[in-house]
Amino acid sequence: MKADPIGVATGNHYIDGDHACAEGAIAGGCRFLAGYPITPSTEVAERMAERFPFVGGQFIQMEDELASMAAVAGAAWTGVKAMTVTSGPGFSLMMENLGLATMMEVPCVLVNVQRGGPSTGLPTLTGQGDMMQARWGSHGDYELISLCPNSPQECFDLTITAFNLAETYRVPVLFMMDECVGHMTEKVVIPEADEIEIIPRKFYQGKKEDYRPYQFKGDGSVGPMIKAGEGYNIHVTGLTHDERGYPVINAEAQDKNVRHLVDKILLNEEKIRIIEEDQVEDADVVVISYGITSRVALKAVQDARAKGLKVGTMRLITVWPFPEKRIHELRDKVKAFVVPEINLGQIVLEVERCVSGKAKTILVPHAGGWVHDPNDILNAIEEGAK
Amino acid sequence: MSKTAEQILSDELLIPQPKEPLAHPMEGYLRTDRLPHIWCSTCGIGTVITAFIAGLQKSGLERDKVGVVSGIGCSGRAAGYLQLDSFHSTHGRAIAFATGVALGNPDMKVAVISGDGDIAAIGGNHFIHAARRNMNLAIICINNFNYAMTGGQAGPTTPESANASTAPYGAYEYPFNLPFLAESSGAVYVARWTSLHVRRVTNAIAEALVKPGFSFIEVIAPCPTLYARRNRLGSGLDLMRFYHDNAVIDHNADTRDIDIEYQKKIVVGKFVDKEKPTFLENKDAVLSAKLGDKYIPYKGA
Ligand SMILES: Cc1ncc(C[n+]2csc(CCOP(=O)(O)OP(=O)(O)O)c2C)c(N)n1
Ligand code: SF4
Ligand SMILES: [Mg+2]
Repeated sequence: MKADPIGVATGNHYIDGDHACAEGAIAGGCRFLAGYPITPSTEVAERMAERFPFVGGQFIQMEDELASMAAVAGAAWTGVKAMTVTSGPGFSLMMENLGLATMMEVPCVLVNVQRGGPSTGLPTLTGQGDMMQARWGSHGDYELISLCPNSPQECFDLTITAFNLAETYRVPVLFMMDECVGHMTEKVVIPEADEIEIIPRKFYQGKKEDYRPYQFKGDGSVGPMIKAGEGYNIHVTGLTHDERGYPVINAEAQDKNVRHLVDKILLNEEKIRIIEEDQVEDADVVVISYGITSRVALKAVQDARAKGLKVGTMRLITVWPFPEKRIHELRDKVKAFVVPEINLGQIVLEVERCVSGKAKTILVPHAGGWVHDPNDILNAIEEGAK
Repeated sequence: MSKTAEQILSDELLIPQPKEPLAHPMEGYLRTDRLPHIWCSTCGIGTVITAFIAGLQKSGLERDKVGVVSGIGCSGRAAGYLQLDSFHSTHGRAIAFATGVALGNPDMKVAVISGDGDIAAIGGNHFIHAARRNMNLAIICINNFNYAMTGGQAGPTTPESANASTAPYGAYEYPFNLPFLAESSGAVYVARWTSLHVRRVTNAIAEALVKPGFSFIEVIAPCPTLYARRNRLGSGLDLMRFYHDNAVIDHNADTRDIDIEYQKKIVVGKFVDKEKPTFLENKDAVLSAKLGDKYIPYKGA
């Protein structure tokens, strides 16, 4: 399906990542936003509040982020594409109802414009310290999808992708921006509506009595949804449940339900995966990065190549699910993986796990507040190439 | 001489009479495939469910357009037994979740059935803000004076001096007066009844369901297993007898004056029933005035 032209601001824009994200959401079909203001993400909600009245969208500023995420989960069951947007402290408050949305398998998008943490941390300055929270932040076992854009253009493009992935896998998608990308202003080209591919919600077509809110087939597939208010009389719960949505409190039901939540993502990892690679095939060193750090790393990679080093890059656009199989393919060929990130070591742990000691893994940490000095990354590349 | 509790119950209980014999008198409204339910015998929650179904039937609303959301707790299991679009959300977030449903599909009337802890403690913020916005929701708060599901801890409505597992020597916090909280936060309909007043509760639920905006009904209900046992108040029937003898109907009561004291009189009634534009009515009014024809109201998915 193509995008509804009403929501597509076709043309060349000079806007920041937050605004581009809002445009991407509207172009991507989002018509419900519940949020609570927090720097550096507020501009997303502000732009949506301004634009929604012209596109038939429903905006509400809730009393907090607990409420915002809960309202998104509720709204999604009425058939609308829904999202919320926040940053660190709000992301923490959203965790419980992110779990609810995960358990209820509602498609939705949660934008987190990352800032320095923990706690109130650095409200106005960048960070990438929520990457493990994106993976493990809510309690229990589950898998979600996380995307990391590195430019305002990608904030537009990938927000649409985020909505499409949410629909395809009936899952909350975490849009993990960072303050730099959110506040960086660049050219953003918004194409014509008929050039934008939209995945619509898959609605159930059969007899009302036969509808089941869930399908646990074990093959990574998900069942269709319905719209509340149309007589399906569904029951859905955050409790462990069967395919009817009814609570079942025992180990077997838990195994079926939770494995389904994990399988539908991990069995489809290669389909979900979006990574950008450059010169990895004959590389001695591969720099793995995401978000704003990928742009800083580029400078280090250019410098290293100028020195004659064989350096490849892998940019994680989908960070979760982690491209484990791809790392397996590369780990025997390279000497080292260099992982710069604006935290003291999060995604590097995942790289290390996948590399399993078959190559060196070198972290280039940064506690947040600014981006890396490219020389620090260059030094790590040189060390890795030894 | 006062009536026996059994007489009161048979006088008051209102079960809609089906024309055809049904497997269960409320078949079609109850998820009979989920019975038996989890509630203890003589618990007051079931009565509220009965009243809800009767109230829904009485309201004349199209059943498919009514949804119900619960939080977590014994009362929070209500959604799980109602044959409607029913959502069992997280502890305290029922009203926030319901806000999403109500805004997502503005043609629906969404009810919230949940406990005193769920609505007034962990969910207190959502409660006052949904009332402030006059969100189109009917809130039914089953107040059993304690956190029953987790074993009878003290909560925001536990009367002073009542015992609870986390107030083993008697509670010493000031409890909420929920109708006052609701009214002062902006609710357009506020009532308090006990689970003895089945017909009143039924009517209140019917009224709340058809009333646009934020309605609040507190239903005082027995938790015989925990609250009553710990306080040696007897069975559910004994509590019904207590309600009979101590509930005072006063529709004109000022909600500021209707605090509940431990085992004292309980003022019940319909305290507030007024008109005020809802959240969506206000939104539409402001945006149409400002944007004219350019404004496209949200019409649902
Ligand atoms: C975030 C969170 N905190 C605590 C709990 C544990 N818990 C479950 S039900 C409940 C209290 C329920 O009390 P109330 O809302 O009055 O319902 P009742 O069981 O009395 O009907 C608590 C504290 C929970 N489920 N979630
Ligand atoms: S514990 Fe109390 S509130 Fe819960 S079902 Fe039993 S009697 Fe009812
Ligand atoms: Mg209670």
